[in-house]
Amino acid sequence: MAERRTIRVLIAKPGLDGHDKGAKIVAKGLKDAGMEVIYTGIRQTGDAILKTAIQESVDVIGLSILSGTHLSICEELMDKMRKEKLRDTLVLVGGIIPKNDVRALKELGIAEVFRPSSTMDQIVRFIQKTVGERNNNH
Amino acid sequence: MEKRDPKSKNSKDGMGLLETNTGLKVKPFYSPGDVPNLDYKGCLGDPGVFPFTRGIFPTMYRGKLWTMRQYAGFSTSENTNSRFKFLLNQGQTGLSLALDLPTQLGLDSDDPLAKDDVGKLGVAIDTLRDMEEMFEGIPLDKISTSFTINSTASILLAMYVATAEKQGVNPSDLRGTIQNDIIKEYIARGTYIFPPEPSIRLIGDTIEYCVKHIPRFNSVSVSGTHICECGATPTQGIAYPFLTGIAYIQEVLKRGYGIDDVASLLSFHLIAGGVQFNLFQDIAKLRAARRLWAKMMKERFHSQSEKSMQLKFSTGGMGGGMTEQQPLNNIARISFYALAAALAGSQSMNLPCFDEAYAIPTDEAIRTSLRIQQIIGYEIGVPDVADPLGGSYYVEALTDSFEKEIEVEMERIESLGGILRCVEDGTIQRQLANQAYEVQKKLESGALIKVGVNRFRIDEEDRELEVFEVDPQTLSKQVSRLKQVKAERDQTKVQTVLKELKKTAIEKTNLMPSILDAVRAYATVGEMVNTLKEVYGEAQHLSVF
Repeated sequence: MAERRTIRVLIAKPGLDGHDKGAKIVAKGLKDAGMEVIYTGIRQTGDAILKTAIQESVDVIGLSILSGTHLSICEELMDKMRKEKLRDTLVLVGGIIPKNDVRALKELGIAEVFRPSSTMDQIVRFIQKTVGERNNNH
Repeated sequence: MEKRDPKSKNSKDGMGLLETNTGLKVKPFYSPGDVPNLDYKGCLGDPGVFPFTRGIFPTMYRGKLWTMRQYAGFSTSENTNSRFKFLLNQGQTGLSLALDLPTQLGLDSDDPLAKDDVGKLGVAIDTLRDMEEMFEGIPLDKISTSFTINSTASILLAMYVATAEKQGVNPSDLRGTIQNDIIKEYIARGTYIFPPEPSIRLIGDTIEYCVKHIPRFNSVSVSGTHICECGATPTQGIAYPFLTGIAYIQEVLKRGYGIDDVASLLSFHLIAGGVQFNLFQDIAKLRAARRLWAKMMKERFHSQSEKSMQLKFSTGGMGGGMTEQQPLNNIARISFYALAAALAGSQSMNLPCFDEAYAIPTDEAIRTSLRIQQIIGYEIGVPDVADPLGGSYYVEALTDSFEKEIEVEMERIESLGGILRCVEDGTIQRQLANQAYEVQKKLESGALIKVGVNRFRIDEEDRELEVFEVDPQTLSKQVSRLKQVKAERDQTKVQTVLKELKKTAIEKTNLMPSILDAVRAYATVGEMVNTLKEVYGEAQHLSVF
């Protein structure tokens, strides 16, 4: 079994929207839960997010999207992840996501979607459980 | 019935101090002893009289109700034109225009970086043609328009002026507001392009232009709402926009203008509502803001004109107070936000919508928020008397304490090197991120009560509200419109005006005439911004948390 290491998370803000209060709150919450967290800052392209994710060998990419652009952004990003063979990186989305789009995002390979009613605790537990299971399977 | 939490440790049978949801300590009741220095003339004055604590007009809403706006603007200029006509038919008296993010960031609709965002959060504007079509059949001297635009505000203002010229309307008859507040973009909203110094100079240029040519236009709407949504306390939500407004005023004063040429062109966009809403405190805070601004203009800036001392503000935003859980509860919240704004003497309102946590608001949700304003304005007697809470021991004591707190916070930031320094080095961003996180923790622990979220919850069926969908053809339509405009315009002319724009930027003279020429030649927003980027460079992103 692999040695337990601290979970590494990249919080990313793709697209042009600059409202990043939520991204920063989640980044701080994960850090308080003992994870190592990198925040990209705003206006990131898919390529830039992937580059950082690879460089920092993160376990999780958390995308914060409030501007209604989640479907096209995630489609492009997940496509690039497949090409880079980043199968083990967990991708999560948080933000203003209409419920009807949650299934479509999951079909693209997004592991979970956290909408405005989600709590920090739910996000932390989901990451710990899912990353833990993945590590145990390797 | 659930018992109310005794939140204060000192509370003896409810007679001690109680900590409010915003952290203020309040007594069980207030009496004359709590406002011993309340001198009617000095502290309050009649409405319309210095220091304007009770309102900036003698008859307040009897004379004119607040302007009722709801934020609108979708996909293309044609769609937005019909939405505007719909809203005006519904009794709305001003337009509040949402622009898409590419327009706000100076990217044309055919820019690869823009593709996900064209027409999404607002209308896409690439050239003057889009602006002309958006206001087709809407005479610009009959309405007032508020533009939520910042780093490209000078360009959009020039387009509005050029559209007026084409309609045969004298630009001096234009009324409205451009947000044009870059400092809060660095703090909270993120649509900055250029570094702070040239950005502030550009704001100075637009103010100077408005002073000379369109004096009824508010050339800056200094915003407290976005920073409050981003974690600022109610006190900081006044203190920071005041410091920001003063920074813009000083930019113009150093060009040789007097305070009374400039101050009255500023308006403010302040919060009544949101995640840290407290009905009486929000009202008192806005009354305190009016008094403090009046005193500052008179005593610190030696203004001679009452117009400069009158703090004009709109109230709006507050989407952060909306919950996903039990979304119809939001209609009640919005009503209280609007009531607070009206009782505080706001000049204009745009309210959040009850489906804010779900998606871009639908027609029904926007209409409901407009109806809330109309119910308060026409149905329940609120506008009959100005400042009806004036003289309340509690509200006056709160007003006094807010005025002091705002001053103290302004002094603290000034002692750290001023608002611009604190934004450039990330001090303010870090502080707001910490505060926002603390509020979130309180919401999650239940220390801050939110009905339907951490109290009085129900098992909700997996409900889905109707969601506003943006026309999927928007991008292709807008890109082909842009292509057509580019094909029809005089290319040589465009090159000439852009060269002139660059020259003006290098010379650091007022850019507005060159921007107007570029706009009239149908240069695109992206072309103008890229030209300026060659001279100014781009702002650094700070990712502090």
